[in-house]
Amino acid sequence: MSSMNRREFLQILAAASAAGFALDSRLAWAGGKGDAFYDLPRFGNVHLMHFTDCHAQLLPLYFREPSVNLGIGGAAGRAPHLVGEHLLKAFGIKPGGIEAHAFTYLNFEKAAKTYGKVGGFAHLATLVKRLRAGRPNALLLDGGDTWQGSATALWSKGQDMVDACKLLGVDMMSAHWEFTLGDKRVLEIVEKDLKGRTEFLAQNVKTADFGDKVFEPYAMREMNGVKVAVVGQAFPYTPIANPRWMIPEWTFGIQDDNMQKTVDEARAKGAQVVVLLSHNGMDVDLKMASRVTGIDAILGGHTHDGVPRPVVVSNARGKTLVTNAGSNGKFLGVLDFDVKGGRISDFRYKLLPIFSGLLPADAEMNALIDKVRAPHKAKLEEKLAVSEGLLYRRGNFNGSWDQLILDAIMEVQGADIGFSPGFRWGTTILPGQAITFEHLMDQTAISYPQATLTEMKGEQIKTILEDVGDNLFNPDPYYQQGGDMVRVGGLEYTCDPNEKIGKRIQDMRLGGKPLDADKTYKVAGWAPVAEGARGEPVWDVVARYLRDKKTIAPRKLNQPKLVAMKGNAGIG
Amino acid sequence: MEMNPARRTVLRGAGSLGALSALVLAGVLKPTAVYAADWNKAAFEAKDTPAALKGLGAGSPADSKDLVLKVPDIAENGAVVPVDVVSNIPNTTSIAILVDKNPTALTCLYAFTNGALPEVSARIKMGQTSLVRAVAKAGDKYFVAQKECKVTVGGCGG
Repeated sequence: MSSMNRREFLQILAAASAAGFALDSRLAWAGGKGDAFYDLPRFGNVHLMHFTDCHAQLLPLYFREPSVNLGIGGAAGRAPHLVGEHLLKAFGIKPGGIEAHAFTYLNFEKAAKTYGKVGGFAHLATLVKRLRAGRPNALLLDGGDTWQGSATALWSKGQDMVDACKLLGVDMMSAHWEFTLGDKRVLEIVEKDLKGRTEFLAQNVKTADFGDKVFEPYAMREMNGVKVAVVGQAFPYTPIANPRWMIPEWTFGIQDDNMQKTVDEARAKGAQVVVLLSHNGMDVDLKMASRVTGIDAILGGHTHDGVPRPVVVSNARGKTLVTNAGSNGKFLGVLDFDVKGGRISDFRYKLLPIFSGLLPADAEMNALIDKVRAPHKAKLEEKLAVSEGLLYRRGNFNGSWDQLILDAIMEVQGADIGFSPGFRWGTTILPGQAITFEHLMDQTAISYPQATLTEMKGEQIKTILEDVGDNLFNPDPYYQQGGDMVRVGGLEYTCDPNEKIGKRIQDMRLGGKPLDADKTYKVAGWAPVAEGARGEPVWDVVARYLRDKKTIAPRKLNQPKLVAMKGNAGIG
Repeated sequence: MEMNPARRTVLRGAGSLGALSALVLAGVLKPTAVYAADWNKAAFEAKDTPAALKGLGAGSPADSKDLVLKVPDIAENGAVVPVDVVSNIPNTTSIAILVDKNPTALTCLYAFTNGALPEVSARIKMGQTSLVRAVAKAGDKYFVAQKECKVTVGGCGG
């Protein structure tokens, strides 16, 4: 479906309104003033725009928010572990309207057709320009996961995104998946492309031998008479969740002590506002905000949570706002502070969904995107199959896109069991839409894409599931890694998230029979983190499967039976 | 980018072993002094923490906030887990590092004489998620600080 223009969009809205759809009257959509959605009056004198985890999505897309995002222990029933109606209720969002569509999975297919695609750098560029016009000296911050996630980003080693971000005018960034381009490439971009234009900030990346800093920990700017410091925090568990061999000389970690020192140093140098641009993930940010003092706001990412309003966290010396700005280019967060006499007196925050149909494409950015895609157009647009059902990825345990990948790698490789990583990026396909090679790359474009077939004992399979389960459900956020559960094909199991590691995964069955701890099974997977792994790129394996099938029937999701999760606000 | 190129070049040129030998030759580290601190066979060969503590003569050490142990929450590489220990307890004469779940719990023992600052930085090997403990001796008393360090399979993140 091509991106519709504003007039078509408003016509559809008018039709929807006549048909009795509940539209958000506060935003005056039905009144034909779609643009009013983005008329955000200037507040105060310090202005920060924030996007994160766009995963190299230059074009408008569909993205379904999760229907399963469980909160365990202290995180239960609180943002960001609220889905669907629980989220709407907690944030006072009217059901059925455009905001409800932006922030939840509810009624997704119908609403996606009504409101159209989201994101797209050309549309984001228009919004950024508009906000900049009303907010002098505003800073644009990119939380990272920008140089990975699409075919063109992979093939250009991140260059398409670097160029797009320079054109967009990103002032500062932090990182995670950027590191999967390898240490040399990251340094090359930082030293050649970003120098003098974009600060690459990471207080928690050090050399593994002497603990020397690799990147600047923070940057200072004077904005409308106020000194503002932005500290960067890269994803602390990059060398664990992604291949360590790609960044062998660097060490990461959360590093509260060094964060405190960095904040104190910025304050000592006169910063009146200190903001953390974080790739910790929201649960880690919430804990960090309670331990580290002197941070006014954490602009967070990694966990891809579209959280409409900041969570206010108290600590020993004050309060910290914690936000998370979603993923895939779907949102732009706008944070305004009013600083009087050297102190913050008030703030405003809005997480603006980018509806491509409501924001005209910026011509200059459009031209850049066209240029990037031109050499690969035929390959990108190859139609592999048509999907009869909705294909999405997000959710703690499985998504229909992952199920399709599992079905493909298991069938093609003749495996008993399939594992697919719990990545949270990847676009959504509506029923009836063609699956192009580009869509497939949206799910799989990584620098370690090998499809693998491994013989594993039942005991080993259980160890892996327990290990990943603990990364997700450990009640202490500092032991979480921010991805979802490994997607499992073929094997049925029960999961008790409240249990401790070793006891969460129960009753594993293959074809109805209990998994034998000592028996060897063939396990298909992809994205091995070990150096020297061999295998065909997973996109080639899945593309073959799709071309062969031509039509993809709605997937039957393999999901675990959950124990003691009834009533959890993280289940829709 | 500030990476202290001089320091790095010197060490790379010498090779880490070479650099250490240089320190030994310069009299900074005396092998005899290191080994003179009696090889505590009972403690180093003990299979678990209680037996290692017994071997050290530490019994049940008391928790102390003045003993600062830094271990990552999750190890980036179980083969080389960085551990830092600083003792602010007056008259600290030794620091031991123990890993409960290692085949032999006691990984290292440092002795401080003549008022040497009780600060150590070590790289230890861990096979699995475990409690890591630092045990300091001050006078005839023993103190402990502990923290869990997770060793994971890796992959599947974000």
